[in-house]
Amino acid sequence: MEDVKPQLLKVTIDGIEVEVEPGTTILQAARKIGPEVAPPAMCYYQPLKGSGGKCRACLVRVAAGSAKDPRPMPKLVASCLTAVQDGMIVENTTNPQVLDARNGIVEFLLLNHPLDCPVCDQAGECDLQNFAFDHGKVTTRYEEDRRTFEKHDIGPYIQLHMTRCILCYRCVYTADQITEKRVHGVLGRGDASEIGTYIEKAIDNDFSGNVIDVCPVGALTDKTYRFKNRVWFTKPVDAHRDCPTCSGNVTIWYRGEEVIRVTARKNEWNEVTEFICNTCRFEKKKTSDWTIEGPTKVSRSSVISANKYRADTIKPSFGQRLAAAEYKPIHDERDTSQLTIQQLPPERFAKLPSAMEPEP
Amino acid sequence: MATKILTEHINVPGIETFDVYRKQGGYTAVEKALKTMTPEAIVEEVKKAGVRGRGGAGFPMGMKWSFLAKPEGVPRYLVCNADESEPGTFKDHYLMKNIPHLLIEGMIVSSFALGANKSFIYVRGELMYVIRILEKAIAEAKAKGFLGKNILGTGYDLELVVQPGGGAYICGEETALLESLEGKRGNPRNKPPFPAVKGLYQCPTVVNNVESIATASWIVNNGGDAYAAIGIGRSTGTKLISASGHINKPGVYEIELGVPVEDFIYADEWCGGIRTGHKFKALVAGGSSVPILPANLALTLANGDKRLMSYESLSEGGFATGTMLGSGGFIVFDETSCIVRNTWNFSRFYHHESCGQCSPCREGTGWMEKVLHRIEYGHGHQQDIDLLVDVAKKIEGNTICPLGDAAAWPVASAIRHFRDEFQWHIDNPAEATQPGAVYRGEMALV
Repeated sequence: MEDVKPQLLKVTIDGIEVEVEPGTTILQAARKIGPEVAPPAMCYYQPLKGSGGKCRACLVRVAAGSAKDPRPMPKLVASCLTAVQDGMIVENTTNPQVLDARNGIVEFLLLNHPLDCPVCDQAGECDLQNFAFDHGKVTTRYEEDRRTFEKHDIGPYIQLHMTRCILCYRCVYTADQITEKRVHGVLGRGDASEIGTYIEKAIDNDFSGNVIDVCPVGALTDKTYRFKNRVWFTKPVDAHRDCPTCSGNVTIWYRGEEVIRVTARKNEWNEVTEFICNTCRFEKKKTSDWTIEGPTKVSRSSVISANKYRADTIKPSFGQRLAAAEYKPIHDERDTSQLTIQQLPPERFAKLPSAMEPEP
Repeated sequence: MATKILTEHINVPGIETFDVYRKQGGYTAVEKALKTMTPEAIVEEVKKAGVRGRGGAGFPMGMKWSFLAKPEGVPRYLVCNADESEPGTFKDHYLMKNIPHLLIEGMIVSSFALGANKSFIYVRGELMYVIRILEKAIAEAKAKGFLGKNILGTGYDLELVVQPGGGAYICGEETALLESLEGKRGNPRNKPPFPAVKGLYQCPTVVNNVESIATASWIVNNGGDAYAAIGIGRSTGTKLISASGHINKPGVYEIELGVPVEDFIYADEWCGGIRTGHKFKALVAGGSSVPILPANLALTLANGDKRLMSYESLSEGGFATGTMLGSGGFIVFDETSCIVRNTWNFSRFYHHESCGQCSPCREGTGWMEKVLHRIEYGHGHQQDIDLLVDVAKKIEGNTICPLGDAAAWPVASAIRHFRDEFQWHIDNPAEATQPGAVYRGEMALV
């Protein structure tokens, strides 16, 4: 019997047409085209059922609903939840209203999120940092008191720094969906909401460590890794082991010869491919525990790639292109004739490679 | 004498009991619907009546009913939204307390029309005494064979459940209400899917307001055309208005839609005018979430015609010169009211009641409240007014549910129409923070 293939739907995002299966969301269709037009996602996380729609970072404008009904949608829609229709036209990075709304979302998210990136373990891997760089402004208009919380140990290996939390609910979905018992949720309401366990140190199941991986900011941190290093100084390596609890497929992070962190493997959208158990994550910190597969593929525009590639091979991200477009070169009219290398003392010439020696 | 549909018998002594209600012609709609009509015919009559949802949004009730999915082997539910808690709105409470059988009769007729065998009345938890009244009335109706198994021998079964809510404003939003009814945290759901497709327990569900459902029995008895003949244009029928504020006769009034706003405020039949010796300054026509209007725009349209109590007339001109009928929470302010303080008060409510699920509402409502608090207490800056407008703009339309809009509209409209008053607070902090201090500058008082 011949397989009946579903009819593909054509959708145009920022002028680029793509064909997708029915039921695909705008976000997924955009991701199919590539990171250049994929809307940012702070709360949506593909492996977690029911996630999305909360942060409103992925709002897009639907300029035409479908080929049958080409009317635009009256409001911006959350691309992570809106299914595509055949002939739909979506404006993402090309629409000023969308960029303005996202600018607003960055501002809202940063009202209570501290800018402690220099000491935060998530720096370099932080979705909010990337989102703010791409869509935010360098100043804030907020002058009221910010909310602060005490740090909580919500289990033997995890620390919750609620002050940094942006209430994306990802960790709640993770705990609900991949562990047997519900141990934490959201307490309070409005801007007094907080992720909590009600009882301290309540999270002790085998897969609890995954809440660290899904956290888009530095609210949930690995107590075995906190303050040990900056991510751009580490070397990620894919590895596996025979684990009776999980697949055992992980990324191990080296500082020199030392394994300083073990995480689940992540795809290009920073989403884990397989959730891993606590034994692999927290207890296997020796190279001899693992079978090494090879270096992890990391996006060249990621800070993890810093200093590991030639600059001219890095494809700039949307945010970098925005920054470059706004860059104004300084017109330098100084007389540079007095700054030639010929005026260096002769002993310095000997140290230069031959190709750089001055012409006689 | 204006037509009364819901409140005709409300003052009859003992109307809260089954026997008195029955003597006044109660439950005839149930007999007529179950014995002589098909569910489709009832839906058709409601569509003909053109009744618009009385909870606030004003969506046509018959159309909502016709959207209900009818998959095989899956139960359907009717949920009555009795979680009334919008500041300034108290009409459902009045109806349920005084004439509970009217709602129960409407629930039976509506449930039959929708094919629901189990229906819920979700009542705000603070109204415990109303819940007891409803439960008593349900027990009476059940004892008389109007509820339960095989109603009036027609083979139709209906179980009616009264569910107290936890007392969160957000649970009045239909999807948050369903979450709460399912025993979960009352967070609004992302739409689509709409409740008509996946509602309570993921089954097709219709959520209607108390007043809307209570109307159904009159429509069944008298026909959709008779209902549509009352009112004006697409605003058909009557509407309960809960009038409060600086008027001589606050209370709940049933009006035929289309009455001039001016008549409603000044006629002795209704509000009886602005309290003696004072002047009309501003109006919130449909509960605290709708835009506020200054007196001149509240009484007249931009072209000079009289503004009417109808969905269309109140929204005439969009938000630049109009507002919404909303839930009918009619709040009148005289010249002793401080608009800044009032706006801060509304904002305080929405900040407190935001569920915290989506970022613009969670963070934005608090930000607006804090800035308004600063202005009211004499610590405002010149840039704060434009900041509030911008924050409201960034919340509006970008949230999961309408609470974001409800928080943004009062602030944006107050600044639009009363900017001078905000400016006065910023320019004269010492004077503005005196107890009872009110801006007395140039205003269109009536």
